[in-house]
Amino acid sequence: MTLADFGVPAPPHDPSEGPELVQLLTPEGERVEHPNYSIDLTPQEYRELYRDLVLTRRIDVEATALQRQGELGIWASLLGQEAAQVGSGRALRPDDMVFPTYREHGVAWCRGIDPVALLGLYRGVDHGSWDPQEKNFALYTIVIGSQTLHATGYAMGIQRDGGKAAQNAVIAYFGDGASSQGDVNESFVWASVFNAPVVFFCQNNQWAISEPLEKQTRIPLYKRAHGFGFPGVRVDGNDVLGCLAVTRAALDAARTGQGPTLIEAFTYRMGAHTTSDDPTRYRLASELEVWKLRDPIERMKAYLSRSGMADSSYFHEVEQEAGELAAHIRHSCTTMADPEPLTLFDGVYVEPTPHLLRQRDEFGRYLDSFEEASSR
Amino acid sequence: MTTLTIARALNEGLRKAMERDPKVLIMGEDVGKLGGVFRVTDGLQKDFGEDRVIDTPLAESGIIGTAIGLAMRGYRPVCEIQFDGFVYPAFDQIVSQLAKVHYRSQGRVRLPVTIRIPFGGGIGAVEHHSESPEAYFVHTAGLKVVACSNAADAFFMVQQAVAADDPVIFLEPKRRYWEKAEVDQTQTPDPLHIARIVRPGRDVTVAAYGPMVRVAMDAASAAEDDGRSLEVIDLRTLSPLDLDPVLESVERTGRLIVVHEAPTTLGLGAEIAARVTEQAFYLLEAPVLRVGGFDTPYPASRMEEDYLPDLDRVLDAVDRSLAF
Repeated sequence: MTLADFGVPAPPHDPSEGPELVQLLTPEGERVEHPNYSIDLTPQEYRELYRDLVLTRRIDVEATALQRQGELGIWASLLGQEAAQVGSGRALRPDDMVFPTYREHGVAWCRGIDPVALLGLYRGVDHGSWDPQEKNFALYTIVIGSQTLHATGYAMGIQRDGGKAAQNAVIAYFGDGASSQGDVNESFVWASVFNAPVVFFCQNNQWAISEPLEKQTRIPLYKRAHGFGFPGVRVDGNDVLGCLAVTRAALDAARTGQGPTLIEAFTYRMGAHTTSDDPTRYRLASELEVWKLRDPIERMKAYLSRSGMADSSYFHEVEQEAGELAAHIRHSCTTMADPEPLTLFDGVYVEPTPHLLRQRDEFGRYLDSFEEASSR
Repeated sequence: MTTLTIARALNEGLRKAMERDPKVLIMGEDVGKLGGVFRVTDGLQKDFGEDRVIDTPLAESGIIGTAIGLAMRGYRPVCEIQFDGFVYPAFDQIVSQLAKVHYRSQGRVRLPVTIRIPFGGGIGAVEHHSESPEAYFVHTAGLKVVACSNAADAFFMVQQAVAADDPVIFLEPKRRYWEKAEVDQTQTPDPLHIARIVRPGRDVTVAAYGPMVRVAMDAASAAEDDGRSLEVIDLRTLSPLDLDPVLESVERTGRLIVVHEAPTTLGLGAEIAARVTEQAFYLLEAPVLRVGGFDTPYPASRMEEDYLPDLDRVLDAVDRSLAF
């Protein structure tokens, strides 16, 4: 028995080749037009997108190295997904709200979060150290898909605020694995029936740890939106220009009362799921070779060179900056202080309970007893 | 002074909360036009509009997950879970998100969400409509859990829960929804997280909450005929527990019985017994006894009278306690 026996067509062998894919920059770095999505950027803006891509990758490479050297407990690499994150991240306005997974380091970069702030969670000194309200970037969410409901509720709040705040939009990030979660599907229902100003940005990186896309879906993910009653679009997730254009359009639709959009950024997780994972157990190196040819940075570099918008001195300058950023990350990580033991009781409640305060005090006295003993 | 049922008192309390703070929202299944299956939100949508009293799609995780997002945007959602047994689809959002965001954010993000749950059995319902899930939530750091037992508490406690900046699980004794009492809406209420002696006595302390307070009171009346004096404490707050009144009472009686509908193993009674033993070991004349639901799933309704702690089982425990 095959799926065809039940009248179900086999999945397309490689949907990224199909006409359904929005692309403004080919893997060879050729600028192409799309009838529904266009962007008009200055040379400066094109260069800055390239810079974002390079710096984002450098953050990731440095964090991976820090994990290998024992400075981080774990790291979730975004290698290969830089364009999806920078393109969508740069489409946002400062007042828009972002709900990330735990891999949105490139979006964090676009929001102005110091990459060092991302490391605390992976080093084990905190669960997230930035102020979500300051840059409108929520804390990383580790349970798969939970944040899509938070994003939708937040968008419902925007609807209720009215006035100038009603111009804000929300973006929820998630992956192909999360698309199977009940919470993600519930968030689609909510966003649809309340017409909430939220953009669902799915980075389909083809792998949910070891499970390939076909374990999650029979149809292209973007097509699921149709069943929920809102538009879905698939964009080349390794094309920063395509991601920027598609996300901008979706955010504008949300802002103008047109409700949610599902964007499927078709990309590839070039690294392991996290530093604890071993992808050689479940996927072929040849797959990686194919996707290397679609690298998001190389194509942007080719386009900038060919169009004369940047030359080798500019690329050198960016490399230089990436090196300095890496040094900053490394230094800040290795000098990051361990938290004081008693702070583990902080922030459980807005109004602490007498019971918890007592537990903290008892633990404090217990710890002090060691110091007294050793000073004797 | 007005005479109110518990359901009506909750309704009036919610109305006050909504009048006081325009950020208060009500959301849940059938809470709008219908006024909720128990009519607790009756008339609120008509008066406050569909933007503030929101009939949601039928998915509990979605209710709590979107309430979290609304709270992040500055709102103060009051979610209704239609029946106790339906809270489990929302369990992950409650335990992993609602309870932990304030901690995760190092105190930067507050989630003042109230989750109202009609709980407990005794109404002859089908499966999943009679559960007592409170221990799950008491076990979860970051949540506060309270249970009201009478109309006056229902009126004030629901307002206090909504006004609190921590997430609160608000348990309503569904089989007592239609019990009436005089409510003085002008009085100054006790703080939310306070246990209260509701009937003074000398011989045995009986601590209960929610629907079991009535059972404990009835047991105390019956015991009086036998010349035994029970002191009944309405715990009211389950997380944090307020055990000071219990300890003070045990100092006088030397005996304690904890009553709840939830299965006995690892229920609130277990925690209370442990703490009282730790803190008042030499005051006890007898071990702390528990009268709770059996360690079975909630049975079919024709058997629920056998399952639920009642007056006789409380009195049986009183006998056993005094026999020590």
